[in-house]
Amino acid sequence: MSTATTAITYKVPKRRHPVIQFTMTQPLGAAGLVVIVIMAIAGFFAHIVAPHDPLDLDFGAMLAPPSWEHWMGTDAFGRDVFSRIIYGARTALAVGFLASLAGSGLGAVIGVASAYFGGRIDMLIQRFMDILLAFPIIVLALAVVAVLGKWPVGGLDVNLIIAIAIPMVPKVARVVRSSALAIREMPYIDAARAAGYGHMRIIFRHITPNVVAPFLIMFTAFIAQAILLEASLSFLGLGVTEPTAAWGLMLSGASQEFYVQAPWMIIFPGLAISLAVFAFNLFGDSLRDWLDPKIKL
Amino acid sequence: MLRYTIHRILLMIPTLLGVAVLVFVLLRLMPGDIVELRFLAEGGQVSPEVIAAERTRLGLDKPMWRQFGDWMTGIFVGDFGISMWTGRPVVDEIASRLELSMQVALMATVFAIVLAIPLGTLSALYKDSWIDQVIRLFAIAGLAVPSFWLGMVIILVLLLNFNWIPPLTYTPIYEDPWTNLSQLIWPAIAVGYRYSAVATRMMRSTILDVLQEDYIRTARAKGVFERLVVARHAMRNAMLPVVTVIGLEFAFLIGGLVVTEQVFNLNGIGKLFVETVTRADYTMVQALVMLVATFFILVNFVVDLLYAALDPRIRYR
Repeated sequence: MSTATTAITYKVPKRRHPVIQFTMTQPLGAAGLVVIVIMAIAGFFAHIVAPHDPLDLDFGAMLAPPSWEHWMGTDAFGRDVFSRIIYGARTALAVGFLASLAGSGLGAVIGVASAYFGGRIDMLIQRFMDILLAFPIIVLALAVVAVLGKWPVGGLDVNLIIAIAIPMVPKVARVVRSSALAIREMPYIDAARAAGYGHMRIIFRHITPNVVAPFLIMFTAFIAQAILLEASLSFLGLGVTEPTAAWGLMLSGASQEFYVQAPWMIIFPGLAISLAVFAFNLFGDSLRDWLDPKIKL
Repeated sequence: MLRYTIHRILLMIPTLLGVAVLVFVLLRLMPGDIVELRFLAEGGQVSPEVIAAERTRLGLDKPMWRQFGDWMTGIFVGDFGISMWTGRPVVDEIASRLELSMQVALMATVFAIVLAIPLGTLSALYKDSWIDQVIRLFAIAGLAVPSFWLGMVIILVLLLNFNWIPPLTYTPIYEDPWTNLSQLIWPAIAVGYRYSAVATRMMRSTILDVLQEDYIRTARAKGVFERLVVARHAMRNAMLPVVTVIGLEFAFLIGGLVVTEQVFNLNGIGKLFVETVTRADYTMVQALVMLVATFFILVNFVVDLLYAALDPRIRYR
């Protein structure tokens, strides 16, 4: 007796790894991510990748045009522009990442707390956020930089990071607050309260996980803004200072006098800023479409 | 509507007061006041008596709360004080520079709107075509390019092709409109590119939303020409979010001006701001921050009112 075995195949939708899924649905965002990763690696291993020391003065080759020796030419002190751009990536990404982490982190905490407690606390917090919003971003950052001065830790100016982070706080707080307000009305929050959980537990275990999507989206978007703001402040001489390599700084000082004779001094750093911000925006936009298309920034 | 308007105007007062307190305290926390900065800059050995006399003259020896009180009462009678650095009235110092900055800001806004409305609409109508891709790329690049760098590149291109350099002084528009516009169009474009990019993206996404609405289908069904559907029904309704975003991005416009004025050697309020902060000229910085904050709050207020005016469905109570 033979048993006829019929192979039954079920079509189970393949569960792909989220990274692969993201790449397939959001090719532009994936391209942005690739650029970010390349920049991050180049910045992290700058001491290996860069062909020259970014601080090496070469008075024999001042304002030299791009060549095999200096791919992007040299600046007014004979420093290699390409190497300074690679080291600048380290500065830009570190400042951008840390500032955005601090700014959107604090903003998220304030936003969730404001929505959760409601009433008078909410009103007070929102009024204070209005005050911060009424300050033009660069003005606020300028004032904070001037007040705090410098506080270098491991080659990074912590106070500069704070100055860039503060203007983000009210914006993130607003968006997170409105998401959290909707969640606050959910039955499971009532249930948690009825079960006698404390404020902290409800905020961190029940509300926070549900505002992660808008938070992540704002976080990436603000890295881009932080890089731009750092470049602007450094350009004005109030951010990163010489001799540290930073993109905004490369556009100021001697570049202002010589950029007509030596356009490579400004073209490449500006392209670096634009490319980094472009990549983060591309990635951030795709992340939003992928996670939650309803969120508008 | 009236009640809402009054309520909003009343809400401005605590916000502005908060801004005033914040800027006042921040300035006084800054290390080194104007007297020290000035005498140190001269390098000489200045006796403590001279420094004390100068502080008294500028009113810096009074207790903090008195200084704040004097400033506030001054504002109420329309007296913004005198610049601690130049000794000229703050109002005069700002007025002579405000005109230039306002003109650039206005030109940048006009540039942004003129570009954004057609580009955003085209992008939405030809969604996913090559036109859409090009416009989206143009818009997302606009968010990435720093305005001051764009300004430098514009100067470079103009210089190499037309031998144009940014003039040392700017011609006011009422003296010679043509020269004035040809001088200010470049900084306006440098600042306005980002602005137009933001507005274009907003225009595209709202047109896409609006085209899904029932009244568009109704208009099409009753045989309205597609061109009229787009112009009269879709674009008109998409204007609202674009207006909002233009109001919200005003803060960025000011930020752009602060840096771009340096590049184009424009003697506007952005440049004045950087100068006065580094000089610790308290009265000037306070007045400038209050000016910009008031303007920002007013712009947002007007945008909210425009919302109601443009969309009859929105009623504020």
